[in-house]
Amino acid sequence: MKTIITSAGNKLSSQFELRFGRAEWFCLYDEESGKTSFHENMHIDDGHGAGPKAAEKAYELGAAKVISGDFGPKAKDILTQMDIQMVIVDNDNQTVKDIINMIK
Amino acid sequence: MPRRRKLRKIVAPPGFRGYKPYGFRGGRNNGHVDLLYEEYEAIKLVDYDLMNHLEASSLMGISRPTFARIYESARRKIAQALAESREIRTVYGNAYMDKTWYICNDCNARFTIPDSINHYTCAICKSENISSVTSNN
Repeated sequence: MKTIITSAGNKLSSQFELRFGRAEWFCLYDEESGKTSFHENMHIDDGHGAGPKAAEKAYELGAAKVISGDFGPKAKDILTQMDIQMVIVDNDNQTVKDIINMIK
Repeated sequence: MPRRRKLRKIVAPPGFRGYKPYGFRGGRNNGHVDLLYEEYEAIKLVDYDLMNHLEASSLMGISRPTFARIYESARRKIAQALAESREIRTVYGNAYMDKTWYICNDCNARFTIPDSINHYTCAICKSENISSVTSNN
């Protein structure tokens, strides 16, 4: 199963990002292989619709789970439709690696 | 015919049925004010969770101006209850519960469980000690 974790940077030591649509990077973590890859968010500066586009990106990458700090109403609708699990972690004082260690 | 009221989404109903003044002078019962669930939620989001109106309104699935009116009404009702020593009773109002979210009692993560997942465990720590965010009342 693949999981997306919102990240402020493109390294495992980067800060976990609380925003979903406006996160700078998405970390894709594959539970089976234990591999991670980072995908840049192209829609971070869009005036609107960043959340839904991020949700579509999550679907394209084949994620079954998204971990972030919050989801907007539009992103929630789309992720619900696509049967993608949403997880909210409030604590922003963590790195992407910390989050991966938690779900391992 | 007036426009139909959009239902306001609330995460959890208040954990009480109402508040009563005690020891007030003046003898008789002064009556009560009805605080709607969405008004309670508005006060909680803004003054307890310290959100701004825009964030709170998107959480409740309504527009910011509508949220501001609900919040205003909530404050006035509470002020009225205090100033006139009235009872506060909570009333359902125009709300619906956000049932889709769960909270883990061990690590405090909140998550949804989509139809494709059939095990009810925490998405982060795999604990089975989870509850629906609405059922902790």
